[in-house]
Amino acid sequence: MTRIAFDGRARVFGDDVNTDYIIASTRKRDTLDESVLKRYLLEAVDPSFAASVQPGDLIVGGANFGCGSAMEIAATVILAAGIKAVLAKSFARTFYRNAVNNALLPIECDTSTIREGDLLRVSFDDGRATVTITGRNETLAATPLAPLMAAVLSAGGLVPYVRSGGYGANRGADVHKR
Amino acid sequence: MMSSRGKTISERILSAKSGSDARAGDVVVCDVDLVIGTDASTPMTIGYFEKMGGERVFDASRVVFSLDHYSPPSTPKTAAFHDQVRAFARRHGVTVFEVGEGISHQVAPERGRVLPGDLVIGADSHTVTCGALNAFATGLGSSDIAAALITGRTWLRVPETIRVELAGSRPPGLAAKDVGLALIATLTSEGANYRSVEFHGESTRAFSLDERMVLSNLSVEGGAKAAIWSVDDVTTAYLIERVDGWTGELVDGGTAAERAALRSRAVHPSTHPPVHPDPDATYARRLRLDLATLSPRVSVPHDPTDVVSVADAAGTPVHMVFLGTCTGGRVSDFHEAVHVLERAGGRVAPGVQLVVTPASREVLLTLVDDGTLAKLTAMGAIVTTPGCGACCGTSGAIPGDGMNVLSTANRNFKARMGNATASIYLASPATCAASAATGRITDPREVA
Repeated sequence: MTRIAFDGRARVFGDDVNTDYIIASTRKRDTLDESVLKRYLLEAVDPSFAASVQPGDLIVGGANFGCGSAMEIAATVILAAGIKAVLAKSFARTFYRNAVNNALLPIECDTSTIREGDLLRVSFDDGRATVTITGRNETLAATPLAPLMAAVLSAGGLVPYVRSGGYGANRGADVHKR
Repeated sequence: MMSSRGKTISERILSAKSGSDARAGDVVVCDVDLVIGTDASTPMTIGYFEKMGGERVFDASRVVFSLDHYSPPSTPKTAAFHDQVRAFARRHGVTVFEVGEGISHQVAPERGRVLPGDLVIGADSHTVTCGALNAFATGLGSSDIAAALITGRTWLRVPETIRVELAGSRPPGLAAKDVGLALIATLTSEGANYRSVEFHGESTRAFSLDERMVLSNLSVEGGAKAAIWSVDDVTTAYLIERVDGWTGELVDGGTAAERAALRSRAVHPSTHPPVHPDPDATYARRLRLDLATLSPRVSVPHDPTDVVSVADAAGTPVHMVFLGTCTGGRVSDFHEAVHVLERAGGRVAPGVQLVVTPASREVLLTLVDDGTLAKLTAMGAIVTTPGCGACCGTSGAIPGDGMNVLSTANRNFKARMGNATASIYLASPATCAASAATGRITDPREVA
């Protein structure tokens, strides 16, 4: 993932969307198959969402997206629904990691002007994302990813990153200073 | 230029584990001391492990899997998850905390697996609970756990630290849960996101090790990455009881050969010295909690950090009361609950279901031996298998439509306990017990 760009329709949610809301623990008790679980995506917040979501849609949250449980399936179910990026004012740390590790793009930016249904253009290059609300030609600057996270994302997630040697080789030399 | 300022506990532990001068904001790759998986996360971990090309676990003695979320399994699928975890553990020589042994971050400390200065990672957000033992303990997802199983390492952004000073005298009847709810209300749901919390101050001595676990546990509801206590007599007493070879004395005397022999043992205070912050450490925020000003609290639906005083929630009818979890399922919690129930008439109010779920088998056995469980059962409680229980709707009692639940747990998200129409309130064991006796949210000081 060096340079990518894609368009998507904004699906807007509020603050503090926790991982239980993204997918309930009671649902993942029955299966870990994301193609099944995606039918229940975000059901606690909006029971009609899963039926209306289209591949290519983008989830737009407020502050603290993905708080609560560290369950990784919250990130992979979003991917299974065909969603390539989540935009939020801020992310809970475990969701942010889980997203990067599965190559779901987490974009931290001021989402307050994005409205339901807005068409968004996302470009991502070298750890830095830019979002344009195409209808209003408004551009949102995103917080750059830390170099190590950008490297994991560029590799296509933690699986290819570890397969290609990852951080297994050299502990001390892999420090990224601010 | 290299900074010479002092370090927080997090900076000191992550410096040691990364072999570098780790400072807040740095991203470092660290050796891990303990990796914890659960039945809810390990099936996915095994999938990632295989996709990553994993062949062996880096060090089986540093890994445990806990069958705690589906305890016991209530469906063929969850039973199959358990068999999958057991088979993987057998192949790689990893210890399994079996069904009924308890919650991962309760059992690991009980078994002496968490030591001062350790870096503990677990695929459960409440792994932070282990911070009570002076460890940097944090929750991660399944893929990070898989990478750690293969490499023995993980990467971490070194967090800034919020220093919490516990001050003032603790009023009788003020539960650790009340202090924890007051803390997360102050932090707000993301106030500690990407940050760690350290607990200090003259009043830390007023908290038992179990109670320290409650405060560490709740900190993650404020987003905290880790929530760490210093080592004192309370910590040392716990370690002496739990860890083979732990004498409680740092080895300064003796001959060089004796010291070397002691150090060569796998576990000893000399190899795990307490990690205290440097006096000139830099904190992102300092926060003082005056215990004398605090009183019982209730978290109201559907956000743990939406906290009110018990007076403001009093009178709300309750239909189910849940005593358990990694926040409120330890021996002292049930002792407190029985004490309050006895004073409130010794029975559960008609129409209230009281669910009792000890956090571990050790807790359960203690409650059996000392008669607590007999008392609770006689009062009308139902007792379920140690583990996560009803907390996240995966095992045990599910509330009915429209029910109000009062719980000693840490999360009251909508649908958390498996029914989106239920309303979950969180409070201390004493408040839960008083309310179980009356059928409505009740200030425990009114019955104590």
